[in-house]
Amino acid sequence: MSTPATEQPLSSGSLLPDTERRLKLRKVRALRDGLSLYGVGGGGIGVIIALGLIFVYLFYETFPMLKPASVALDTQFEVPWADDGQNTLHLTLDRFETIGARFADSGEITVFAAGTGAVRERIQVPVPEGTEITAFGRGENRRSLFVYGFSDGSVLPISVEYPQSFATGVREISVELSYPLGEAPIRLGDDEISEFSALTVIQGRTGFIVAGGTEAGELDMALFATRTNLMTGQTQVTRSDYRLPSLGRPIRQILVNETLRNVFVIDERGRLFNFDIVDRNNPSLIEEVRLVDDGVEVTAAEFLVGSRSLIVGGSDGSVRQWFLVRDEETNTPRITMIRSFRQHPAAITFIDPEYIRKGFLVGDASGTVGLHYATSNVTLAMKPVVEGAITRLAIGPNNSRALIEGEDATRLQVLKIDNPHPQTSLSGLWGRVWYEGRSEPEFIWQSSSADDAFEAKFSIVPLSVGTLKAALFAMLLATPLAIMGAIYTAYFMSPRIRRVVKPSIELMEALPTVILGFLAGIWLAPYVENNLPILITGAILFPSLILAAAFGWSRLPAEVRRFVPDGWEAALLVPVVLFTGWIVVTSSPWIEVWFFDGSMRQWFSDVGIPYDQRNALIVGMAMGFAVIPTIFSIAEDAVFNVPKHLTMGSLALGATPWQTVMGVVLLTASPGIFSAIMIGFGRAVGETMIVLMASGNSPVLNFNLFEGMRTLAANIAVELPETDVGSTHFRVLFLSALVLLVFTFLLNTAAEIVRQRLRKRYASL
Amino acid sequence: MKQWWKSGAPWIWLNGGAVTISMVMVFGLITLILVRGFSAFWPHPVLQTTYTQPGEAQFEILGTLRRSQLFTAEAMRDAGLDIPQEQSLVERHLIKMGNRDVTSRDFGFFVADFMTPWSYPRDATVLERREWGDFVGFPVRLLEDGGTVATGEAVWPEFKTRLTRSNALYDEIRQIERVDIGRINFAIERVRLDRRRAILRDSLTAELDAELAERRAALDADYAVLEARLNELYQDAARDSIVMRVADGREVTVRLADIVKAWQPNNMSVFQKVWFYIVDFKDFIFGYPREANTEGGIFPAIFGTVVMVLVMSIIVTPFGILAAIYLREYAKQGPLLRTVRISVYNLAGVPSIVFGVFGLGFFVYFMGGAIDRTFYPEALPAPTFGTPGLFWASLTLALLTLPVVIVSTEEGLARIPSTLREGSLALGATKGETLWKVVVPLATPAMMTGLILAIARAAGEVAPLMLVGVVKLAPTLPIDGNFPFIHLERKIMHLGFHIYDVGFQSPHAEAAEQLVYATALILVLLIVMLNLTAITIRNHLREKFRAESD
Repeated sequence: MSTPATEQPLSSGSLLPDTERRLKLRKVRALRDGLSLYGVGGGGIGVIIALGLIFVYLFYETFPMLKPASVALDTQFEVPWADDGQNTLHLTLDRFETIGARFADSGEITVFAAGTGAVRERIQVPVPEGTEITAFGRGENRRSLFVYGFSDGSVLPISVEYPQSFATGVREISVELSYPLGEAPIRLGDDEISEFSALTVIQGRTGFIVAGGTEAGELDMALFATRTNLMTGQTQVTRSDYRLPSLGRPIRQILVNETLRNVFVIDERGRLFNFDIVDRNNPSLIEEVRLVDDGVEVTAAEFLVGSRSLIVGGSDGSVRQWFLVRDEETNTPRITMIRSFRQHPAAITFIDPEYIRKGFLVGDASGTVGLHYATSNVTLAMKPVVEGAITRLAIGPNNSRALIEGEDATRLQVLKIDNPHPQTSLSGLWGRVWYEGRSEPEFIWQSSSADDAFEAKFSIVPLSVGTLKAALFAMLLATPLAIMGAIYTAYFMSPRIRRVVKPSIELMEALPTVILGFLAGIWLAPYVENNLPILITGAILFPSLILAAAFGWSRLPAEVRRFVPDGWEAALLVPVVLFTGWIVVTSSPWIEVWFFDGSMRQWFSDVGIPYDQRNALIVGMAMGFAVIPTIFSIAEDAVFNVPKHLTMGSLALGATPWQTVMGVVLLTASPGIFSAIMIGFGRAVGETMIVLMASGNSPVLNFNLFEGMRTLAANIAVELPETDVGSTHFRVLFLSALVLLVFTFLLNTAAEIVRQRLRKRYASL
Repeated sequence: MKQWWKSGAPWIWLNGGAVTISMVMVFGLITLILVRGFSAFWPHPVLQTTYTQPGEAQFEILGTLRRSQLFTAEAMRDAGLDIPQEQSLVERHLIKMGNRDVTSRDFGFFVADFMTPWSYPRDATVLERREWGDFVGFPVRLLEDGGTVATGEAVWPEFKTRLTRSNALYDEIRQIERVDIGRINFAIERVRLDRRRAILRDSLTAELDAELAERRAALDADYAVLEARLNELYQDAARDSIVMRVADGREVTVRLADIVKAWQPNNMSVFQKVWFYIVDFKDFIFGYPREANTEGGIFPAIFGTVVMVLVMSIIVTPFGILAAIYLREYAKQGPLLRTVRISVYNLAGVPSIVFGVFGLGFFVYFMGGAIDRTFYPEALPAPTFGTPGLFWASLTLALLTLPVVIVSTEEGLARIPSTLREGSLALGATKGETLWKVVVPLATPAMMTGLILAIARAAGEVAPLMLVGVVKLAPTLPIDGNFPFIHLERKIMHLGFHIYDVGFQSPHAEAAEQLVYATALILVLLIVMLNLTAITIRNHLREKFRAESD
C-alpha cells in the first residue's frame, strides 16, 4: 500500500495511511471481525444443533408408537338397499377400502362406493331353483371366502375378488365372484336333508373344509383336497367326508382352523366342543369347555387371522381370547383361556378380525365399537357410534376404515380408524407375553416370518439381556487385565518401557472391530471348540507361573538381579508368558485324553452343558480385547496423575510400594478407575460387529457362558435394512437405537462428571 | 517366602503380568494377521499323495497344504473315523485341491496317518481361473481349435506365450465391457431421463423428441459396433485350450480364456517365487473381485473406502473446526456451555450403529427422499438419493467423527499460551484477526491430528455403513469418466464390510479365508499408518508447546 507523497505529506514520516483510508480500513476490519463472529458462531451452533438432532430425530421416529389409536365416525349414508326387504348377511371392504359389498339373503351382492353408498354393481349368486338361502358362513377375512347354505341342504362356497385394472389410466376396481369348488352346490353329509344353523368354510394348505351344523346337533363336514396340475393349471378336487358324532343340542357356530386338524363347535349354552379330526374316520372329542361365565351366552366368536386364536364375546359384554395350548402331561392341545379384554357395556353382537394383524373390531348391543389388539392385550379404543345395537361390522384390509350396520338397517356408518402401531404397549415390549401356540407367557424376539398370519414378537427383553450378557463377559475379562495393567504401567513401570507400552495399547483401540470380530468368528471360535482345555489351563497356569517366576527371580543372587533395574518386571515376564502360552496350547489334547475321555466337547454334552461354537465366551474374549485399551488408557491417566507428594509421603512413612498403591494411589484414583470402567462398559454395550460375527445371533434369554446371544446393536444391523419404512418393526428398531443412545450417553456423562470432579480434587491437593 | 509374600512383590509381578499378557495379545494378534495376510500370495508347493481311509476307496490327493491340526483320537472316532485304539492323538491336514467343478470337493481334511509319504512333482501346475476357483493338475497337451499343438515338455513354454495373448484379449474385452459399454449405457439412461423430464414438465416438443430419438439411435449404433468387436474378441479368445490331467488320472480341458494365471510352484526358484508373490500382491490390490468376492482383487473396496473417507474429511473438517473455535473462543463460558461441551464429547462414546440408524432414517429416507422429489422426479420411482449411497455414508461418518475433530481442535486451541493472544490484542488486532492470524495457524497441527484420528476411526467403522450405503458388490466405481465424474449417489464397496461379507456370508468360506486375511491386513496397515502419523504429530506438538510455554 503506497501513499502518494504529493497529496498529503506525512508530518512524522509515518507510513500510516491517511485518515479516510484508516476509517475505511477500520470499517473493513470491523466487518471482518463481525463476519468471523457470526460465521463461526453460526457454524458452531449449527454443528451442535445437528448433533442434537440425533436425539430429536430418534424420538420423532419412535413417537408414533406412543400415539393412541383413534376411532371416529367419518360419514354415514342412506343405503341403496333400504327398501328391498332383505336382510344383510355380511358386509365387506376391498383392499383399498374404497368400495364395499353387501351380501343379502336373497343371494344378491350389492357393490357400492364405500364413501357415498352409490351402487356400482349388483351380482347374483346362483341360488338353486326352488330353494332359498337359509344359512351363511365365512372363512378367514384375508381369503374372502364365504359359503351359502340353501333350504334343500346343499351349500355353495364362493370367493370374492377385487381385480384392478388401469385401462383408463386410473385405478378401476371391479368385483368378481369365483367358485373354488365349482359352481354347482354341494351336499354335505348323508342324503338326508338338513337345514344348517351354522356353516363355515376354511382354506388350509391341502384344501378346503366345509362344515355345517344343525339345530338338532348333527355335524356334517367334508374335506375337499385340491391339487393343481402344474402343466395344465387345472385343479383337481378330491372329496372325503368326516363322521362326527351328534351333539344332541343346537349348534350355534362351527370353527375349523387352518391346519385342518381341529374343529371347535359352540352350542347355545356357551360351551365349546373341541374335536381332533386328524383321523378322518374316527374324530375324537378332546374336551368340552365353558367359554363364558355361568348364566352368560356366547353371542359372537371368531378366529383371528391365522385361525389360531379364538375371540369369544359373551352376552355380558366380555371379550376373551382362547387358543390351543399343548398340555405338558398328555401332550394334547387343549383350548385355554389366554386373556380377557376390557368389558363392553352390553352383549357382544359382532366380531370382525383384522386381515393381517392380530387385532379385531367388536360391536355390541349398545352401539359401542371396541378396537382391541390380542398380542399386546390392549383395548385401543371404545366408542359409542350408533343408536341401538350394532348388527354387522366390516373392517378394511388396511385397518383404516370400517363399515357399521346398526339396528336401523337403512343407514350405514363409515368409521375412520387410525391405528398404525397397536402392538407396542409397554407390557408388549418389556413384559412376558403369551404368544399363539406357546405353552406359557414368554419373552421372545421374532420379528418376521414367511407366513402372512404370523404373530410378530417384539419383546426387547431378550435383546437387552443379550446386550448386557455380552458386555458383562467382556468386562469380566477386560477389567482385571486393564486395571492391573494400568496400575503397573502408571506406577511401577520404568518410563522407557512406558513410552512404548502406552501407545501400543492405545493403538489397539484403533483396530477395527470388524477385524476382531472376524478373527473371533473364523479363527478363535473353532480353535477354542477344538481345544477347550486351554480355558482351564490358561486360567490356572498364567497367574501361577507368573508368580513362580517372580519368586524364582527373588531367590536369585543380588548381582544377577542388579542387571535388571526396577520397573522392568513386565519385560522379564515376556518369555514366561510366551512359555506358558506354549504349554497351554500344546498340552490341550493331552489334557483331553487324560481327564475328559479324549474329547472335552463330548464331555460337555455328556454332562449336559449346551455348547455353541460362537458363544458368549468368544464374544467376551473378542470384545474384552476391544475394551481393554479404553479402560486402560483412562485408568492409567487417573493413576499416573495422582500427585507425587502423596505417594512420596506414604513411602517416607515406611509403607512398601504395594501398600502405597493399595492405601494411597488406588484410593485417590478410584473415581477415575470407576469412570474408566463405565466408559468401557458403554463401549461394550454398543459394539456391533464383534457380536454380529462372533455370537451366532440367536435371541435367547439366558446367561450361559457357552451359548450365544443377540444384542440390540447387532439386531439393528441385521434387521433394519430389511424392514418396511414406517412399520411397527421399523419403529421398534428405532426405539432400540434410542435406548442404546440414551443408555450410553448417560453412562458416559456420569463418567465424565466423575472425572472432572477428580481433576479438580487433584488440582486442590 | 512369607516375607516375600508380605512385601507385596507378588502383586506387583501379577500386575506386570497383566501388562505383559495385554502386550503379547496385541502383538500376537498383529502377527497373526501379518503372517496369514502376507502368506496368502506365496506360491505354496503342490503335494501329491495317496489317501487310504479304512472302509473307503483310495483317493489321490494333489493340492497345497493349508494348515495342520492336532486332535485327540477320541474326537476323530466320534466323527466316524476308524482310528486304532492305542493311538491317542491324530494329526489332520487341510488340503486345498481346487478343481471345484471336477470333483466338487475343493477342500478336504485328511488324517496324516492314512497318507503315503508326500511327493512334490515338478510339473504339477496350478491354474487360477476366472470361474470355479483354482485348478490343479498336470499339463498334457495344448490345443488350438481342437488340434494338438504341443505335447509333453513343450506344453508349458508354449502355454505361457499363448496365455499372455489370451490375457491381452481378455483385457481388451473387459475394457470394452466395463468402460465403453458402460459409457454408452450411461448415455442411453440419460436420454431416457431427459425425455421423461420433458414429459413431466410438459415441454416435450416434436423437435426435442426427434433430437432425443436421434441421440438414442446414434448410441445404439455405437453399441452395435462395440458388440461386433466383442464377438470377434470372444471368438479369438476361445481359440486355445489346454488338456490337464487331474489327480485321479482323468483328463480335463480348460480354455485359456478362463485362465487368469498359471504357475508350477514345485518348479520355481526362490526368486521366481518372490517375483510371483509381488505380482500376485499387486493383482490383489489393483484387481477386481470375482466369484462373489471370494477370488480376485479388492480394488473397488480400497477405492470405495478411500473416496468415502475423503468425502467425509471434506465435510467434517470445516464444521468440526468451526464448532471447536466457537466453543473455545466465542461462546460464553458457563454451565450451559459446559453441558454442551460434555454432551458433544460424549457423542464420541455413543455406539456407531446409532449414527447408522440416524443416517438411514434422516439422511437417506427423509433428506434423500426430499431431494429426489425436488431434483430427480424423472427417475422416480427408482430413487437417486433416496437410497443408501456414498454421500450419505460419508455424511453419517462425518457426524460420527465430529466429536473427535472438535475435541482435538479444542485441545489444540487450549494449548496456545494466552500470552500470545494477549500480545496480539495489545497490538490492536481485533478478536477475529487474533484468532485467524495467530491462534488458528498455531493450532493447525492439532486440527490435523484430529482429522487423521477421525479418518482412522472412519476407515475402520463398518456397522453404520451397512445401513447407509455400503454393498457387497458395487457394479461401478463412484468416480469414473462419465459426467459429473464423482457420483455421490452411487453405492460403494468398503474394506471392512468386505471382510464381514466374504468371511461370513460367502458360499466358499474356506476358499475365501486367505483373501479375507489379506484384506484385513490391508485395512490394519492403513489404520495403523494413519494412527501412527496422528500420534507422532501429537507427541511432537506437545513437546513443542511445552517448550514454548515454559
